[in-house]
Amino acid sequence: MSEPLIALSGVTRTFGTGAAAFQALRGVDLTIEEGEFVAIMGPSGSGKSSMMNILGCLDTPSGGSYRFRGLRVEDLNRDQRALLRRHALGFVFQGFNLLARTSAQENVELPLLYRGETVEARHDAARAALAAVGLEGWGHHSPAELSGGQQQRVAIARALVTNPSLLLADEPTGNLDTERSREIIDLLVALNRDKGITVVMVTHESDMAAYARRIVRLVDGKVESDIRNAAPAGVVPGAH
Amino acid sequence: MIWNALLLALREIRRNLMRSFLTILGIVIGVSAVITMVTLGNGATRAVSDQIASLGSNLLIIRPGQHLGPGRDSAGAAAFKVADVEALKTQVSGLAAVVPVTNKSVTLVAMARNWSTGVTGTTSDWFATGKWQIASGRIFNEAEERAGAAACVIGETIRRELFGSQDPLGQQIRVKQFSCEVIGLLASKGQSTMGNDQDDLLVMPLRTVQRRLTGSIDVASLMISVRDDASMDIAKDQVSWLMRERRHIGAGDNDDFSVMDTRQIAETLSGTTKVMTGLLGAVAAVSLLVGGIGIMNIMLVSVTERTREIGIRLAIGALEREVLLQFLIEAVALASLGGIIGILLATLASIGGAALMHVPYLFNPAINLLSFGFSAAIGVVFGYVPARRAARLDPIEALRHA
Ligand SMILES: Nc1ncnc2c1ncn2[C@@H]1O[C@H](COP(=O)(O)OP(=O)(O)OP(=O)(O)O)[C@@H](O)[C@H]1O
Ligand SMILES: [Mg+2]
Repeated sequence: MSEPLIALSGVTRTFGTGAAAFQALRGVDLTIEEGEFVAIMGPSGSGKSSMMNILGCLDTPSGGSYRFRGLRVEDLNRDQRALLRRHALGFVFQGFNLLARTSAQENVELPLLYRGETVEARHDAARAALAAVGLEGWGHHSPAELSGGQQQRVAIARALVTNPSLLLADEPTGNLDTERSREIIDLLVALNRDKGITVVMVTHESDMAAYARRIVRLVDGKVESDIRNAAPAGVVPGAH
Repeated sequence: MIWNALLLALREIRRNLMRSFLTILGIVIGVSAVITMVTLGNGATRAVSDQIASLGSNLLIIRPGQHLGPGRDSAGAAAFKVADVEALKTQVSGLAAVVPVTNKSVTLVAMARNWSTGVTGTTSDWFATGKWQIASGRIFNEAEERAGAAACVIGETIRRELFGSQDPLGQQIRVKQFSCEVIGLLASKGQSTMGNDQDDLLVMPLRTVQRRLTGSIDVASLMISVRDDASMDIAKDQVSWLMRERRHIGAGDNDDFSVMDTRQIAETLSGTTKVMTGLLGAVAAVSLLVGGIGIMNIMLVSVTERTREIGIRLAIGALEREVLLQFLIEAVALASLGGIIGILLATLASIGGAALMHVPYLFNPAINLLSFGFSAAIGVVFGYVPARRAARLDPIEALRHA
């Protein structure tokens, strides 16, 4: 059997030192296989974002180990982790985090720019990614000219344009109304189902989490429950 | 990679056009100041040496004291006498003319107008030796020289200022207590030598000036023209030797006068303009440095302002050195742009300034290249700190930045 995509074992994360030290993660064990759709839930301050940052190689554990496809992430240096992000990971944030005053097309092309791909390859891939999130023909609009839902879809297009193995979404629908939220979740479900991209999504809303096939609850920096969802909302025929 | 970074940088510059312009203003001013100063300085140097050279290479000028130019040390050194002129004429071979010159500042009055200028007291040989042409009238003759006649030859500027459209010949000009008759008008030589008006002069027989203006028999300086078939060096040595003897200078003592040929004078004067050029250029270079600090300031602001953008780039997988390069190239592109605009501005300013100052415009490729290279280097030096700060940002912190 091959290595799992993600294997956290005894991961801790401590912020600050001495008396002011605060342990945001207190020994997280979590294994996620290729192709899963996992929702992370938990009260505010339970360490969800801290864990996502570690999963996304933006941060390293204070203790324990994180293996990405068997690779010990804590042994990588800053640039090696950047390369891992560049080639295997995609991010979607609550705040969209698009470059302002930059067209949707250029935003989506950005990761390809760092990969050193040619202009034509970038154009084509970005256009295809925008089409995949239902924004065909919106490429020349800047973020300010797009609705929140559209901005989040651009962000998703940017995350998937590199064909990542893992898509990390920290409260991707946190800033959106129910209707837009549903569109985004449908999109993530479709990406997971059709392209086999592993999706890990943090959400506060249980009806959003219901789309996932697995729901992990964090409380006080620890995994409190890890539930398989036999009938996720998205796969019910006619749900979208 | 570099190409991409350059495109990114240009896009960023275009996006904040007004701010970019203000950022590079310091560099623009610095570069154009350096280039303009040096170019005009070179032009002035050239003008001075050209003008001196136009007097010919066979001229010697003798003055009391040791140095020519600023800080001339003539204190204590005795002036020359008319007897020195006679001695040089008779005892040194190979001389075409020995011309005594005495100057006096006066105010001239004629036709109810007045004008301050310098009177030159000399002999009729002065005109040929200084390569002056007569536009109308005549120069004074030997009889007038001997008699100390009140006859004068005026320059174009004096004609214009005192007589306007009227014919000056035969008119009287009051010089202090006496009147002199205008007998000749010099052809204009124009303005030169760092703005000196060469035509602002009035020439009278030496004896007239000595008797009626200075009240002494002193001669301020001697102009000697050496015959074309004689050696300059030998003439110079003989002149020095004779003057030492006449001024009773002991064997071990230094000369209390200086004998210079035109080439030396040109060198001394252009040495002065070269020093001025260097000084002005240095001041301008300081403003270039200040311009660099302006770039660093704006780049630091820009890094803070774009923290979130940097966070996004890092999260997407940009390497530290790629972010560094992006900001560094942005700084260098800004600074180089400033350099280019500065060069264009300097070219215009130099051409205009050269015309105003009556000096030749000499395009100096070295200073243009140097200034451009220097401004690009300023971009690297002052862009490095902000760029490194950007590259070292923690992606999570940067993303959280408002
Ligand atoms: N850089 C940091 N320095 C100090 N403390 C931090 C830092 N980042 C997070 N924390 C603390 O760690 C704890 C967990 O934070 P985290 O952001 O992971 O929570 P969360 O589950 O994502 O909460 P929310 O649902 O509100 O987003 C919080 O108490 C927070 O104050
Ligand atoms: Mg969070």
